[in-house]
Amino acid sequence: MAVTVPRARIRAILANAAVAAVTLLTLLPLAWMVTVSFMPRGEANHFPPPFWPSRWSWENYHELLVRRLIDGAWFDYRMVPALWNSLGIAALSTLFGLLLTVPAGYAFAKLRFTGRERLLRLLIVSLIVPGQVAMLPLFLIFKELGLVNSYAGVILPSLAGIFAILFVRQATLGIPDEMLDAARLDGASEARIFGSIVLPLLAPIVVTLALFMFLGSWNDFLWPLIILSDQHRYTLPVAVAAIGREHAADGELMMAAAVVTTLPVLALFLALQRFYMNGLLGGSVKG
Amino acid sequence: MTRQERTAWTFTAPVLAIIAFVLILPTLLALALSVTDYSVYALADWANLRFIGLGNFTTLLTTPLFWRALGNTALFSVVGVPMAIGASLLAALLLNDATVRWKPLWRVALFAPYVTSVVATATVWQFLLNTRYGLLNYGLSLVGIGPVDWLGDPRASIPAILIFVTWKIFGYNMIVFTAALSAVPQDLMEAARLDGASRLGRFRHVTLPAIGPTLLLAAVMSVAGFLQLFAEPYVMTQGGPAQSTVTVLYFMFDEGFKWWNLGQASAVALILFVLILAVTLVQARIGRRYEWL
Repeated sequence: MAVTVPRARIRAILANAAVAAVTLLTLLPLAWMVTVSFMPRGEANHFPPPFWPSRWSWENYHELLVRRLIDGAWFDYRMVPALWNSLGIAALSTLFGLLLTVPAGYAFAKLRFTGRERLLRLLIVSLIVPGQVAMLPLFLIFKELGLVNSYAGVILPSLAGIFAILFVRQATLGIPDEMLDAARLDGASEARIFGSIVLPLLAPIVVTLALFMFLGSWNDFLWPLIILSDQHRYTLPVAVAAIGREHAADGELMMAAAVVTTLPVLALFLALQRFYMNGLLGGSVKG
Repeated sequence: MTRQERTAWTFTAPVLAIIAFVLILPTLLALALSVTDYSVYALADWANLRFIGLGNFTTLLTTPLFWRALGNTALFSVVGVPMAIGASLLAALLLNDATVRWKPLWRVALFAPYVTSVVATATVWQFLLNTRYGLLNYGLSLVGIGPVDWLGDPRASIPAILIFVTWKIFGYNMIVFTAALSAVPQDLMEAARLDGASRLGRFRHVTLPAIGPTLLLAAVMSVAGFLQLFAEPYVMTQGGPAQSTVTVLYFMFDEGFKWWNLGQASAVALILFVLILAVTLVQARIGRRYEWL
């Protein structure tokens, strides 16, 4: 006689199993990316597709990242420069992005100045302009200014953070006015009020915003593809797309390239996921 | 000017100047560019630039590839939005079940693909979708479905890219829907249960009306996203096979930065803008309608 299990318990087991299965399926491509990147060259081209390397090998990473002498000429995939470019560009656009948008968001929420409401409406309206419309003329402007193929040319458009301003404004609205007015009565300067009272309160929001900006810059593709022509200036996504055009058949090598591109930001996301998820829900700007 | 006003302008002027310079000014210039014959000759010397009125737009109307791109983009949206929204909703409903444990863990894992680089994961999926050695065809072969030439068959290429896109983005709306589901009135749910409403009946009459506006809004916003597909076909199919995955943005990129017909490309950009604007207006209407519900 079988032991009778209550219905509710069976349901709970099924529901948990379903969630686990869906999650496993979702993570499968990422896991496969990692295992294939450690396979010896050509091993992935078998049927049925192997999931586990017959032996773990660094050769794909070695080929991808280390400069080699081939027939008397230096050759490399320029992945290491691309890694540094991506890191530098993402760090700078995050830093400048925060410096520009956090004070502005605070000003739009708490400081009284003429034209504030009108400017705010204008910002919201310009949110609907897709960035791609501006890209063609912007390329020509940057060409005249000599910004084509420069880091500044990649970073500058990412600093027009309308969404970021509205995001900070939304979060700042929650700070009570009395707090700021009390500081004003005590003779604190406006800069001091922002630095010593507002900024500490906004700290979690600033971390969230920094994460959004860093990931956005790191993953950006179309604009860097347009503005960067020199392979030594490529960011990771542009470099990976370029390598993929010539090495589409080398699965193991391309997986190594994908790992180098995705793993740093995945790690960053996992480390700070609490801030990311809160930003998505709590402080999010509607519409 | 008051002290506060001075501070406000110090805080806002730099970023407003940048927005004007890299977003507003170029958008206005795009309007101007779209009525010129800006091509590789003008790129060399501005003197070669001519005003051609609506010439770019009329040329576009007689360009088969542009219509193809419009059609492909429409197909991407029409099939992709239900696919992506459906996947998000299913995942959110699964996660919402009261008996599911370790919810934060699952949530983060399911969201992970969203934060990865499109180019890198598209590269990964190119191999997952490989006809002979791909994991997807291997899985299908286990249930007796013959190998599909995902990225080589013009009939399979759009579904193939959509499978990838759905995998990549479903986590975002899953989070949005999870939040909406947690706001479903529990007393109403309990009452329906006591009245003997079936699981489906409860979903249909309690859950759906409660999350309906969120669902609709997410769907409309997804349309805007699907209208801007570029990197996926650029990496996975290069617009092929047989131009079956050339999207509007892909067409614009080729026209502008491969052939340097920047006038023509600006016209394409403006048409894309109008399409997105239309979607946004629908979205705003929906938002207004449900605000007082």
